[in-house]
Amino acid sequence: MATWIYKEWPWYVAGPLIGLFVPALLIAGNKVFGISGNLSHLCAAIAPGKLELFRYDWRKAGLWNLVFLAGVLIGGFLAFHGGPAQEIAISAETRTALARLGIHDFHGVAPHELFTWHALLTLRGFVSVVVGGFLVGFGTAYAAGCTSGHAISGLANFELPSLIAVFGFFAGGLAATYFILPIVLGGL
Amino acid sequence: MTTPSVSTFDGCGAGSSEQQKVRPAFLAVYLLLGIAFGFVLSRAEVISWFRIQEMFRFQSFRMYGIIGSAVVTAAISVALIKRTGLKSVSGESIAIPRKPLGSGIRYAAGGTIFGLGWALTGACPGPLFALIGNGVSVMIVAVVSALAGTWVYGWLRPRLPH
Repeated sequence: MATWIYKEWPWYVAGPLIGLFVPALLIAGNKVFGISGNLSHLCAAIAPGKLELFRYDWRKAGLWNLVFLAGVLIGGFLAFHGGPAQEIAISAETRTALARLGIHDFHGVAPHELFTWHALLTLRGFVSVVVGGFLVGFGTAYAAGCTSGHAISGLANFELPSLIAVFGFFAGGLAATYFILPIVLGGL
Repeated sequence: MTTPSVSTFDGCGAGSSEQQKVRPAFLAVYLLLGIAFGFVLSRAEVISWFRIQEMFRFQSFRMYGIIGSAVVTAAISVALIKRTGLKSVSGESIAIPRKPLGSGIRYAAGGTIFGLGWALTGACPGPLFALIGNGVSVMIVAVVSALAGTWVYGWLRPRLPH
Protein backbone atom coordinates (compact mmCIF):
# COMPACT_ATOMS: atom_id res chain seq x y z
CA MET A 1 0.00 0.00 0.00
CA ALA A 2 1.18 3.51 -0.74
CA THR A 3 2.95 5.00 2.24
CA TRP A 4 1.09 8.34 2.12
CA ILE A 5 -2.03 6.63 3.35
CA TYR A 6 -0.60 6.12 6.81
CA LYS A 7 1.99 8.84 7.16
CA GLU A 8 1.23 12.30 8.46
CA TRP A 9 0.15 14.67 5.70
CA PRO A 10 1.91 18.02 5.25
CA TRP A 11 -0.06 21.09 6.35
CA TYR A 12 -0.56 22.31 2.77
CA VAL A 13 -2.35 19.08 1.91
CA ALA A 14 -4.29 18.60 5.14
CA GLY A 15 -5.43 22.22 5.50
CA PRO A 16 -7.02 22.69 2.05
CA LEU A 17 -8.64 19.24 2.33
CA ILE A 18 -10.24 20.28 5.64
CA GLY A 19 -11.38 23.54 4.05
CA LEU A 20 -13.07 21.66 1.21
CA PHE A 21 -15.62 20.16 3.62
CA VAL A 22 -17.27 23.59 3.74
CA PRO A 23 -18.24 23.68 0.03
CA ALA A 24 -18.82 19.91 0.00
CA LEU A 25 -21.57 20.16 2.64
CA LEU A 26 -23.03 23.31 1.12
CA ILE A 27 -23.19 21.71 -2.30
CA ALA A 28 -24.51 18.40 -1.01
CA GLY A 29 -27.44 19.83 0.89
CA ASN A 30 -26.98 23.49 1.87
CA LYS A 31 -25.49 22.38 5.17
CA VAL A 32 -23.12 24.55 7.16
CA PHE A 33 -20.02 22.73 8.37
CA GLY A 34 -19.94 22.75 12.18
CA ILE A 35 -19.41 19.87 14.57
CA SER A 36 -20.36 21.20 18.00
CA GLY A 37 -24.06 21.58 17.15
CA ASN A 38 -24.12 17.80 17.49
CA LEU A 39 -23.60 18.09 21.25
CA SER A 40 -26.88 20.03 21.39
CA HIS A 41 -28.58 17.56 19.08
CA LEU A 42 -27.50 14.72 21.37
CA CYS A 43 -28.77 16.61 24.43
CA ALA A 44 -32.05 17.21 22.60
CA ALA A 45 -32.24 13.51 21.72
CA ILE A 46 -31.23 12.07 25.08
CA ALA A 47 -32.23 14.47 27.84
CA PRO A 48 -33.98 17.66 26.72
CA GLY A 49 -35.66 18.03 30.11
CA LYS A 50 -37.57 21.27 30.31
CA LEU A 51 -34.74 23.27 28.80
CA GLU A 52 -35.89 25.48 25.97
CA LEU A 53 -32.53 25.15 24.18
CA PHE A 54 -33.09 21.44 23.61
CA ARG A 55 -36.81 21.47 22.79
CA TYR A 56 -36.61 21.10 19.03
CA ASP A 57 -36.86 18.41 16.41
CA TRP A 58 -33.27 17.16 16.51
CA ARG A 59 -33.90 14.67 13.72
CA LYS A 60 -34.95 17.38 11.34
CA ALA A 61 -32.28 19.85 12.40
CA GLY A 62 -29.35 17.60 13.06
CA LEU A 63 -29.70 14.02 11.87
CA TRP A 64 -27.49 14.75 8.88
CA ASN A 65 -24.82 16.17 11.19
CA LEU A 66 -25.02 13.26 13.64
CA VAL A 67 -24.56 10.89 10.71
CA PHE A 68 -21.57 12.99 9.61
CA LEU A 69 -20.21 12.74 13.17
CA ALA A 70 -20.62 8.95 13.20
CA GLY A 71 -18.57 9.01 10.01
CA VAL A 72 -15.83 11.02 11.77
CA LEU A 73 -15.51 8.25 14.33
CA ILE A 74 -15.36 5.59 11.61
CA GLY A 75 -12.83 7.66 9.66
CA GLY A 76 -10.65 7.84 12.76
CA PHE A 77 -10.94 4.07 13.13
CA LEU A 78 -9.91 3.50 9.52
CA ALA A 79 -6.97 5.87 9.87
CA PHE A 80 -5.86 4.09 13.03
CA HIS A 81 -6.04 0.68 11.42
CA GLY A 82 -4.75 1.89 8.06
CA GLY A 83 -1.14 1.62 9.00
CA PRO A 84 1.50 1.36 11.68
CA ALA A 85 1.07 3.70 14.62
CA GLN A 86 3.61 6.47 14.53
CA GLU A 87 4.98 8.85 17.02
CA ILE A 88 3.71 12.37 16.40
CA ALA A 89 6.76 14.27 15.19
CA ILE A 90 6.44 17.32 17.41
CA SER A 91 9.27 19.81 17.68
CA ALA A 92 12.16 19.22 20.06
CA GLU A 93 11.23 22.33 22.07
CA THR A 94 7.73 21.03 22.68
CA ARG A 95 9.12 17.68 23.79
CA THR A 96 11.43 19.37 26.23
CA ALA A 97 8.67 21.61 27.58
CA LEU A 98 6.31 18.67 28.01
CA ALA A 99 8.99 16.49 29.59
CA ARG A 100 9.45 19.24 32.16
CA LEU A 101 5.75 18.86 32.96
CA GLY A 102 6.13 15.14 33.47
CA ILE A 103 5.04 13.90 30.04
CA HIS A 104 7.54 11.26 28.92
CA ASP A 105 5.50 8.89 26.76
CA PHE A 106 5.36 10.28 23.24
CA HIS A 107 3.79 7.24 21.58
CA GLY A 108 0.39 7.53 20.00
CA VAL A 109 -1.76 10.60 19.36
CA ALA A 110 -2.28 11.54 23.01
CA PRO A 111 -0.03 10.99 26.04
CA HIS A 112 -0.75 7.79 27.95
CA GLU A 113 0.04 9.60 31.19
CA LEU A 114 -3.23 11.52 30.75
CA PHE A 115 -5.56 9.73 28.37
CA THR A 116 -6.06 6.18 29.58
CA TRP A 117 -8.82 4.73 31.77
CA HIS A 118 -6.25 4.21 34.47
CA ALA A 119 -5.09 7.84 34.32
CA LEU A 120 -8.70 8.95 34.79
CA LEU A 121 -8.27 8.18 38.48
CA THR A 122 -5.39 10.64 38.78
CA LEU A 123 -5.92 14.38 39.17
CA ARG A 124 -4.14 15.24 35.92
CA GLY A 125 -6.05 12.60 33.96
CA PHE A 126 -9.37 13.70 35.47
CA VAL A 127 -8.72 17.37 34.69
CA SER A 128 -7.62 16.58 31.11
CA VAL A 129 -10.55 14.32 30.26
CA VAL A 130 -13.49 15.24 32.49
CA VAL A 131 -12.90 18.92 33.23
CA GLY A 132 -11.53 19.56 29.74
CA GLY A 133 -14.45 17.76 28.11
CA PHE A 134 -16.97 19.70 30.19
CA LEU A 135 -15.38 23.03 29.20
CA VAL A 136 -15.42 21.99 25.53
CA GLY A 137 -19.15 21.24 25.74
CA PHE A 138 -20.08 24.29 27.78
CA GLY A 139 -17.87 26.69 25.82
CA THR A 140 -18.93 25.58 22.36
CA ALA A 141 -22.61 25.77 23.30
CA TYR A 142 -22.15 29.23 24.81
CA ALA A 143 -20.10 30.44 21.84
CA ALA A 144 -22.48 28.71 19.40
CA GLY A 145 -19.66 26.97 17.58
CA CYS A 146 -16.24 25.41 17.73
CA THR A 147 -13.16 25.24 15.55
CA SER A 148 -15.19 24.04 12.58
CA GLY A 149 -18.24 26.31 12.89
CA HIS A 150 -16.38 29.47 13.87
CA ALA A 151 -12.71 29.16 12.92
CA ILE A 152 -13.40 27.62 9.52
CA SER A 153 -17.01 28.17 8.37
CA GLY A 154 -17.44 31.51 10.13
CA LEU A 155 -14.10 33.05 9.20
CA ALA A 156 -14.50 31.84 5.61
CA ASN A 157 -17.80 33.78 5.54
CA PHE A 158 -16.10 36.85 7.10
CA GLU A 159 -18.24 36.93 10.21
CA LEU A 160 -17.19 39.15 13.10
CA PRO A 161 -18.77 36.90 15.79
CA SER A 162 -16.55 34.06 14.60
CA LEU A 163 -13.44 36.24 14.73
CA ILE A 164 -14.27 37.18 18.34
CA ALA A 165 -14.82 33.51 19.15
CA VAL A 166 -11.47 32.52 17.61
CA PHE A 167 -9.68 35.14 19.70
CA GLY A 168 -11.43 33.59 22.69
CA PHE A 169 -10.29 30.08 21.66
CA PHE A 170 -6.69 31.26 21.74
CA ALA A 171 -7.03 33.29 24.91
CA GLY A 172 -8.42 30.23 26.69
CA GLY A 173 -5.93 27.85 25.10
CA LEU A 174 -2.96 29.98 26.08
CA ALA A 175 -4.27 30.44 29.62
CA ALA A 176 -4.69 26.68 30.02
CA THR A 177 -1.28 25.95 28.49
CA TYR A 178 0.73 28.43 30.53
CA PHE A 179 -1.20 28.67 33.79
CA ILE A 180 -3.39 25.62 34.34
CA LEU A 181 -1.34 22.77 32.82
CA PRO A 182 1.84 23.59 34.78
CA ILE A 183 -0.16 23.36 38.02
CA VAL A 184 -2.17 20.29 37.09
CA LEU A 185 0.66 18.35 35.43
CA GLY A 186 3.70 19.58 37.23
CA GLY A 187 2.75 20.65 40.68
CA LEU A 188 0.61 17.83 41.95
CA MET B 1 -40.50 18.03 20.63
CA THR B 2 -43.55 19.88 19.40
CA THR B 3 -41.96 23.22 18.67
CA PRO B 4 -41.68 23.42 14.91
CA SER B 5 -39.62 26.58 14.89
CA VAL B 6 -36.12 25.43 15.49
CA SER B 7 -33.53 28.06 15.95
CA THR B 8 -30.45 26.23 14.81
CA PHE B 9 -28.37 29.18 15.87
CA ASP B 10 -29.34 28.63 19.48
CA GLY B 11 -28.78 24.95 18.92
CA CYS B 12 -25.12 25.98 18.69
CA GLY B 13 -22.70 25.16 15.96
CA ALA B 14 -23.39 27.14 12.85
CA GLY B 15 -26.71 25.62 11.83
CA SER B 16 -28.02 25.42 8.32
CA SER B 17 -30.54 27.87 7.03
CA GLU B 18 -33.50 25.78 5.95
CA GLN B 19 -34.42 22.70 7.86
CA GLN B 20 -35.79 20.41 5.24
CA LYS B 21 -36.17 16.74 5.69
CA VAL B 22 -33.05 14.96 4.57
CA ARG B 23 -33.62 12.06 2.23
CA PRO B 24 -32.05 8.76 3.29
CA ALA B 25 -29.84 8.69 0.20
CA PHE B 26 -28.33 11.97 1.33
CA LEU B 27 -27.60 10.55 4.76
CA ALA B 28 -25.24 8.10 3.03
CA VAL B 29 -23.48 11.08 1.46
CA TYR B 30 -23.06 12.73 4.87
CA LEU B 31 -21.77 9.48 6.31
CA LEU B 32 -19.15 9.18 3.58
CA LEU B 33 -18.13 12.81 3.98
CA GLY B 34 -17.84 12.27 7.72
CA ILE B 35 -15.63 9.22 7.21
CA ALA B 36 -13.40 11.23 4.90
CA PHE B 37 -13.28 14.06 7.44
CA GLY B 38 -12.34 11.74 10.30
CA PHE B 39 -9.58 10.25 8.16
CA VAL B 40 -8.25 13.67 7.15
CA LEU B 41 -8.32 14.93 10.76
CA SER B 42 -6.30 11.89 11.80
CA ARG B 43 -3.67 12.28 9.09
CA ALA B 44 -3.51 16.02 9.67
CA GLU B 45 -2.72 15.07 13.29
CA VAL B 46 -4.94 17.91 14.51
CA ILE B 47 -6.53 15.31 16.82
CA SER B 48 -3.26 15.01 18.71
CA TRP B 49 -2.86 16.57 22.16
CA PHE B 50 0.84 16.89 21.31
CA ARG B 51 0.10 18.98 18.21
CA ILE B 52 -2.29 21.22 20.14
CA GLN B 53 0.38 21.81 22.79
CA GLU B 54 2.92 22.57 20.06
CA MET B 55 0.46 25.11 18.61
CA PHE B 56 -0.30 26.89 21.87
CA ARG B 57 3.43 27.06 22.58
CA PHE B 58 4.10 28.54 19.12
CA GLN B 59 6.74 25.91 18.44
CA SER B 60 5.64 24.86 14.99
CA PHE B 61 3.96 26.47 12.01
CA ARG B 62 2.07 23.27 11.21
CA MET B 63 -1.26 23.87 12.99
CA TYR B 64 -1.37 27.49 11.85
CA GLY B 65 -0.65 26.39 8.29
CA ILE B 66 -3.46 23.83 8.47
CA ILE B 67 -6.08 26.16 9.95
CA GLY B 68 -4.99 29.08 7.77
CA SER B 69 -5.05 27.14 4.51
CA ALA B 70 -8.37 25.53 5.49
CA VAL B 71 -9.92 28.97 5.99
CA VAL B 72 -8.51 30.31 2.72
CA THR B 73 -9.74 27.27 0.79
CA ALA B 74 -13.18 27.51 2.39
CA ALA B 75 -13.39 31.30 1.83
CA ILE B 76 -12.52 30.98 -1.87
CA SER B 77 -15.06 28.16 -2.24
CA VAL B 78 -17.80 30.14 -0.48
CA ALA B 79 -17.07 33.22 -2.60
CA LEU B 80 -17.27 31.13 -5.79
CA ILE B 81 -20.52 29.53 -4.68
CA LYS B 82 -22.02 32.96 -3.94
CA ARG B 83 -20.83 34.44 -7.20
CA THR B 84 -22.12 31.62 -9.36
CA GLY B 85 -25.39 31.31 -7.44
CA LEU B 86 -24.88 27.58 -7.32
CA LYS B 87 -27.70 25.41 -6.02
CA SER B 88 -27.19 22.43 -3.82
CA VAL B 89 -27.61 18.89 -5.12
CA SER B 90 -30.74 18.71 -3.00
CA GLY B 91 -32.09 21.66 -5.01
CA GLU B 92 -31.91 24.44 -2.42
CA SER B 93 -30.23 27.75 -3.04
CA ILE B 94 -27.11 27.86 -0.94
CA ALA B 95 -27.06 30.39 1.88
CA ILE B 96 -24.90 30.62 4.98
CA PRO B 97 -26.89 32.30 7.74
CA ARG B 98 -24.88 35.02 9.44
CA LYS B 99 -24.57 34.81 13.19
CA PRO B 100 -26.05 37.77 15.06
CA LEU B 101 -23.37 39.72 16.90
CA GLY B 102 -25.45 40.93 19.84
CA SER B 103 -23.17 42.20 22.56
CA GLY B 104 -20.53 39.72 21.45
CA ILE B 105 -20.10 38.48 25.01
CA ARG B 106 -21.21 34.95 24.23
CA TYR B 107 -18.49 34.62 21.57
CA ALA B 108 -15.75 36.05 23.75
CA ALA B 109 -16.71 34.23 26.94
CA GLY B 110 -17.87 30.99 25.34
CA GLY B 111 -14.86 31.00 23.05
CA THR B 112 -12.48 31.43 25.96
CA ILE B 113 -14.13 28.64 27.95
CA PHE B 114 -13.91 26.34 24.94
CA GLY B 115 -10.27 27.34 24.47
CA LEU B 116 -9.48 26.22 28.00
CA GLY B 117 -11.06 22.86 27.27
CA TRP B 118 -9.36 22.61 23.89
CA ALA B 119 -5.92 22.90 25.47
CA LEU B 120 -6.75 20.54 28.36
CA THR B 121 -8.28 17.72 26.29
CA GLY B 122 -6.14 18.50 23.26
CA ALA B 123 -9.27 18.09 21.19
CA CYS B 124 -12.15 20.07 19.79
CA PRO B 125 -15.51 18.32 19.23
CA GLY B 126 -14.69 16.64 15.89
CA PRO B 127 -11.37 15.25 17.08
CA LEU B 128 -12.99 13.97 20.30
CA PHE B 129 -14.89 11.49 18.16
CA ALA B 130 -12.01 10.82 15.77
CA LEU B 131 -9.86 10.00 18.82
CA ILE B 132 -12.32 7.34 19.96
CA GLY B 133 -11.93 5.82 16.50
CA ASN B 134 -8.18 6.08 16.92
CA GLY B 135 -8.33 3.83 19.93
CA VAL B 136 -8.22 6.48 22.67
CA SER B 137 -11.33 4.99 24.22
CA VAL B 138 -11.22 7.10 27.37
CA MET B 139 -12.39 9.98 25.19
CA ILE B 140 -15.85 8.43 25.53
CA VAL B 141 -15.77 9.95 29.00
CA ALA B 142 -14.71 13.32 27.54
CA VAL B 143 -17.69 13.17 25.16
CA VAL B 144 -20.10 12.39 28.01
CA SER B 145 -18.56 15.24 29.97
CA ALA B 146 -18.91 17.55 26.95
CA LEU B 147 -22.60 16.60 26.71
CA ALA B 148 -22.94 17.47 30.39
CA GLY B 149 -21.26 20.79 29.69
CA THR B 150 -23.62 21.58 26.83
CA TRP B 151 -26.61 20.57 28.98
CA VAL B 152 -25.49 22.77 31.86
CA TYR B 153 -25.13 25.66 29.42
CA GLY B 154 -28.74 25.05 28.32
CA TRP B 155 -29.76 25.15 31.96
CA LEU B 156 -27.81 28.31 32.84
CA ARG B 157 -28.55 30.09 29.59
CA PRO B 158 -31.30 32.39 30.90
CA ARG B 159 -28.88 33.69 33.54
CA LEU B 160 -25.82 34.18 31.31
CA PRO B 161 -24.96 37.34 29.40
CA HIS B 162 -25.11 36.98 25.63
